[in-house]
Amino acid sequence: MITKVLATVAVVITGALLLYGTADFPAFGDPNSPASAGVEGGAPSISKYFITESYGDTKVPNLVTSVLADYRGYDTMFETVVVLAAGMAIFAILRVFREEDDLVPNASHSEGNSFTDGDHSRIIVGTTVRLVVPVIQLFALYVIAHGHHSPGGGFQGGVILGASFIIIALATDLGYALNRFSEKSYFNLAAIGILIYAGFGVLCQVLGSNFLDYGVLQKVLFTDGPEMARSHSMLGVEVGVAFTVTGIMFAIYANLSSRGTLKSGL
Amino acid sequence: MIFAFDIIILIFLIVAALIALNVKDLLSASMIFGIYGFLICLLWAEMGAVDVAFTEAAVGAGISAVLFIATVYNTCRRSSD
Repeated sequence: MITKVLATVAVVITGALLLYGTADFPAFGDPNSPASAGVEGGAPSISKYFITESYGDTKVPNLVTSVLADYRGYDTMFETVVVLAAGMAIFAILRVFREEDDLVPNASHSEGNSFTDGDHSRIIVGTTVRLVVPVIQLFALYVIAHGHHSPGGGFQGGVILGASFIIIALATDLGYALNRFSEKSYFNLAAIGILIYAGFGVLCQVLGSNFLDYGVLQKVLFTDGPEMARSHSMLGVEVGVAFTVTGIMFAIYANLSSRGTLKSGL
Repeated sequence: MIFAFDIIILIFLIVAALIALNVKDLLSASMIFGIYGFLICLLWAEMGAVDVAFTEAAVGAGISAVLFIATVYNTCRRSSD
């Protein structure tokens, strides 16, 4: 009880200090704040540079994507590696290979149309999922492919694509989904995603520029100038990110829902 | 940025967070945590950070709720504290 009181006091004091600290902040979206306008006589504003110059540099209208995939390409590449590492950690902790750990009877390899077998509630859910999943997957591909023109990109599209496989596993059983997207293929997909991303970087180095400096790729992409090469390369690395995220999302779900046996999920 | 809308969402956020912390049934807690994620997504969309809102809608409200539910089914349904 005393620990709870002490914790509450600590939380209240920290919260009050944080609220007090926010009083010094510039107003939300203030164009004259140091972060937006730069310091007089000091560092020039990086926000202004991105807002005014990023379209000319990269021909990508969505400047969030151009910052994410081009100006901060390293950052995003290692974010993707972190996603892969998370999947590897889940695999290392949860995955079991021993047969006697299979406590739940194995119902995953049932033949026939697994979407509509069983009781009535499962027919409703199964039919809905079968109708909805193609739409979800198409939307995910749109989000990935259109990420440099509208909000979206590799992470969001990858999560949606991974969610479409999770929804199949929820509506039927894990084995049905794993028949379509097996353990080997999702980890391969995740590794290939990183390879695509790093491959774009190495290709830039081979052509005589810096790692992930996409401008030189106009020689291999046959674009009009370095700007369009940057735009197309961003699409390429977004596809890589989407591969990794798709694979890892389904890997995490498959391992969590079946206690690492990959035999019978929810 | 609409101030009144912000306040309404923030009040709902605090309510959702408190319910998610206090409810005994962990399945309900994870559903309410999904609502919390969706409210944050609304807040970001309304502040103009559409990319972040999109990620939050996909990850916070979608995947993480499913992962929580998968975990709840493999552990126990009720919280002991």
